[in-house]
Parts: sequence; structure tokens; C-alpha cells
Amino acid sequence: MSFDYDKWIRPGKLPHIWCPGCGHGIVMKGLIRALDTLQLKKEETAIVSGIGCASRLPGYMDCCTLHTAHGRAAAFATGVKMAKPEMNVILCGGDGDGTAIGGNHFIHACRRNIDMTYIIMNNMIYGMTGGQFSPCTPTGDKASTTPYGNPDPGFDIAKLAIGAGASFVARGTAFHANQIDKLIVEAIQHKGFSVVEILDDCPTTYGRRNKYKSVIEMMNRLKDVAVPVKAAEKMDPEQLKGKILTGVLHKQDKPEYCEQYAKVIERAKGTAR
Amino acid sequence: MAKKVAFMQGNEAAAHGALYAGCTFFAGYPITPSTEVAEVMSAELPKIGGKFIQMEDEIGAMAALIGGALTGAKALTSTSGPGLSLKQENIGYACITEVPCVIVNVMRGGPSTGMPTGPSQSDIMCAKWGTHGDHPAICLVPASVQELFEETVRAFNLAEKYRTPVMIMPDEIVAHMRERIVFPEPGELEVIDRAKPTVTPDKYKPYDTSFGDVPPLAAFGSGYKFHVTGLNKMADGFPTTKAEYVQAEEERQVRKVEANAADIMKWEEYLIDDAEVVVVAFGSTSRSARFAVDEARKAGIKAGLFRLITFWPFPEQRLLEISKKVKGFISPEMNLGMCAGVIKGCIEGNAPVLGIFRVDGEPINPGQILDKIKEVK
Repeated sequence: MSFDYDKWIRPGKLPHIWCPGCGHGIVMKGLIRALDTLQLKKEETAIVSGIGCASRLPGYMDCCTLHTAHGRAAAFATGVKMAKPEMNVILCGGDGDGTAIGGNHFIHACRRNIDMTYIIMNNMIYGMTGGQFSPCTPTGDKASTTPYGNPDPGFDIAKLAIGAGASFVARGTAFHANQIDKLIVEAIQHKGFSVVEILDDCPTTYGRRNKYKSVIEMMNRLKDVAVPVKAAEKMDPEQLKGKILTGVLHKQDKPEYCEQYAKVIERAKGTAR
Repeated sequence: MAKKVAFMQGNEAAAHGALYAGCTFFAGYPITPSTEVAEVMSAELPKIGGKFIQMEDEIGAMAALIGGALTGAKALTSTSGPGLSLKQENIGYACITEVPCVIVNVMRGGPSTGMPTGPSQSDIMCAKWGTHGDHPAICLVPASVQELFEETVRAFNLAEKYRTPVMIMPDEIVAHMRERIVFPEPGELEVIDRAKPTVTPDKYKPYDTSFGDVPPLAAFGSGYKFHVTGLNKMADGFPTTKAEYVQAEEERQVRKVEANAADIMKWEEYLIDDAEVVVVAFGSTSRSARFAVDEARKAGIKAGLFRLITFWPFPEQRLLEISKKVKGFISPEMNLGMCAGVIKGCIEGNAPVLGIFRVDGEPINPGQILDKIKEVK
């Protein structure tokens, strides 16, 4: 029997707003499978987003959902988690939302290592506003604000997250749909700030400007660049040129923020030993 | 038993007022001259199991505040001028999503860094017009340490009662002055908690107007699932662009405050009944004004003081009534005429409004006000 996604989707809230061929729906299905695997309680699960196409995801999910201001998802979510640590807090959003306007909140959520999972759908473009370049648009590519090619170097979100202190960092792609739920399950189970970057596609505002003739071509690009971390161990630098590692890239035990604050409360109450 | 008495700074009193009101969550970012509010909260909140978080910036602080408030906590932040500017988008978010929270904004010289340790009263327009679009505005402007405590309690009550952000705006002098304060006993001041839903979770709608203009707000994690978005929304919280819903929702959000202005507004009248000259003042300036009014009376001038305790909603009707009986108003303020402009806007030209406008970082002294009172013929 096929998986029943409907039990996690709010009645009457579909169809979604995403364009045909967009990978966000694949990510949402992966998230639903992950939540179902973990049997999280909907009433105790907060899904928080900023603004943009990817950030519309929480509206479709039958949980406590919070669609906030551009770039601020991590900060809103920090308030929710800090005030009520027993909530499962999941963030979702796009690359522009998370690493440009939300860059400061992102790195500080990583630094605090607060226990939540951030799913960044990286389609390398600002989709909803019409295809302006993001911090993840490859150098040289076309966007509505880089008509002569993008002069900016891009972020490596995973390295940024690791550098800033996130204790779990994984990467998948919208092509490798069966892997997404497994990465999200592991991220949610990890105690600390977990980042799951999903390389995604935007055929409408990125693909058509950059000579991808079809969604299939865009998906094939994701397939071609992705190399699982285990496979990469056996490859030489020449073979890895232009490739992007996928799987769990970083996992570390380190103090979690809410637990650290619980110790502050103990000290303040004078009960610490 | 004698009441607890202390000699305390205004900012410290604001923090203790918040605790009295039941605040259990603080998110902020340090900015002079508001920092003592955060410092007291960082020390006191964990003692009661509450949470304090210093965020990475002012924007994040306001965002975290709303997140915390949505879990049911009474939530406070403190800031000052330029920090208030950074918070404004998310203050607008709290207005449209109707999330109760309290912002202490200590007014200093500005804009930008301006004169960060000097006093001002120049953020009062930011309280009403700072964020985008039409939205409710409640802004309290206390004048003493005792009042800063009590008005902070009231700020929480108004936030909870009307499901909206409330600003409390002491000027730097009120925030940093030290005065005797008598702490109210628990139960002595009214403490209001937000209305919680009485319907079952499957029936709950976060903006269900069948419960009136201020629908009950469930807490995340309390068994209710619901959607919160900064988009214009319908009763169930989901986005809409349908004109009739958007218009009605925007009007309701403003109406829930304006229609209850009589409950929210607070002012003090001193020697107004027979006054020919009325000084309209707030914050530390009102203290100089009261002294000046007494001096004027000694000199045989019928002067009075109208002290604003809420700035927004503004007591337009009362000032209009007074304007029909007086020769003139004086508006001493530490900005270049913001309050004077509001007074002029509501008194329909019935009397002249003379201003004393200082932005040099110095307080307005009684002598200046007395001189201006004497100018009214």
C-alpha cells in the first residue's frame, strides 16, 4: 500500500502554490515521511518558516505552523524553542531567506546549537520575487538581477553551518527523493542544531534563464553533481571536481542551548551542586 | 506588614513591573540607555524558571519575542530608538498576527546613534507610524519610577487583553533616574491573562470573530494546532487576498484598540478647571511642567497641567473640550514639535499651541516653561 501523505496535510489547503517541476513538493513529502517515521505529535511540533516559495511549506502541514518575516525564521523559532523546549521545532525555507537576509540568525542559531532542524531548500535563486540571484547562485549564471552573469561567489551552506557551530549537517537533493526523509529523521533525532540542505530546482525562474530546457534536465544536473560522502572517500580530487557531497557531512556531540539554559536556571535557583 | 520599599532606577522598576505582571520570557539586544532592563531580567527570570535570551540583533530579538509569546508566555523586550527601528517590521508582524508582547523603548537622543546617553522624547511617532500599514498602537509614557513599574504592569495587561504589542516609552531621564518606589503586594494591582480558547482543538480558529474583536489565543504546545502568518488572513489564520476579508480584518485590528480607547487612555489633569494656559507634557518634561505651573499660579497666572500617561491612543476629545476654554497650550517636549503637532491636529484651531522644543540633550527646565506660559496673552 502506498504511503498516505494526506494524514499530515491540512484538509482543504491543497493545491499548493509551487510551479510544475519545482522540487519543494518532493522535500515536503520527505518531511512528512520523516515525521511519520518518528511519530511526532502534531500538536507538539512547530514548523517555522520565513518568506519565499519554500517558506509556504508550513501552511500545508497539519501542525503548529508559523510563517514569519523574510529571513527571520531561525529567530522566531529560537523564541518558540527557548520558551517551550518540549516542542519539536522544524525550520524550513529557501537559500536566499536563510543565508542572505537571514544569514545572521542562521549563523547564531548554529552557534547556540539550539535543538531544532533547519531544512534549507537550495534552488540557488530567489523564486517568489521573480528570479533574482541569491548567495547560492553559481558565479556566472543568469538571474533577473544578473543579466550579464553573476559576479558573486556563492556560499557553501554546509561549510557555513559547520563553521558556525551546527552539530549536525547533511545534504541531499530533490532528485534523491528516497534519501530526504532519512536525512531529516537523523537530523530531528540529533540533539542540537541540525541543518539539512536539499539541493533543489527552480525551473521557472532559474532553469529557463540558464538554458535548462526541461525539468528533467535540471533533475539530471542534481543527479550528476551529487556524490555520496562514502563514495567520495574512494575518489581522487580530479574526479571530485565540480561534484557536491551528499549524506551526513558532520555530526558532533556538543552542549545544546536549552539544556545549557536549564543549568542557568538551576544555578539561579541555587540548586546547582 | 510594611510594604517593600526601594530606591531604584526607572529601568530596573520596568523590569520588576514586568515580573509582577507575570512575564516569563525576555528576548533582547543591548542598547543604551535601556540595558538595565535586560540586565535585571537576565538575573531575575531564571530564578522563577523563566527564560532570558540575548539575541544576535534587534530584529532577531523581536522575532524571538513573538515566538516565545506564541507559546503562551508573557514576553518582554527592551530597546531604544535605533533598535526600535530595526524591530519595526516584526512589531507590524505582531500587530497583524495579534500576538501580545511588551516593548520597553527608552527614548534617547536620535536618530541613528544621535546622542545615545542624552534624553529625548522623539520616538513617539515611531510608536504609531513606525511599522507599515494600518495597525493598532498603544504607547504609554510614564513620568516616575513608581509609575514606570505600574504602567509596565498595565502594558502587559493591555497586551494580553487586546492581543497586540504594547510599547512603554520612558525618556532616558525617567529610565535612569533613581527614586523611592513602593512595591505593590501581589494581588494589589490587577494582572490580566490572555483569553484562552474554550472550544475543542478541532473547532479552534485563531481569528474567530464570533468571539468578538479580540478572539482567544491558544498557545503552541497546548494541544491546539493552528497557523500563524504575516499575510493577511481569514478567521482560520490562512492567507487570503479577498478584498472583503482583508478590509474587515484590517479594520478590526485597529478597531479593537480605538473602540476601547476609553479603557486604554490615561492622563492626569492638574489645576485644569479654571486654567487659561494648559501645559501638555509627558515623561520627565511633565515634572518640570508641574513645577512651572505651581510657579505660575504663585505669580497669579491661571496655569494647568495636562499630563499624558498614554500617548497613543491620544486623548483627542478631552483636549478639544479644554481647547474651547483656554487662551493657549504649551507643549514642552524633547523633540522638534511632535506632540505639538498632534495637539494642533485635534483642537480645531481653538487655541494657539506654543512649543518648547529641545533636542540638545538637555532637559527642559521649569524656568523655560514658566517663561513660555507668560507669553500666552
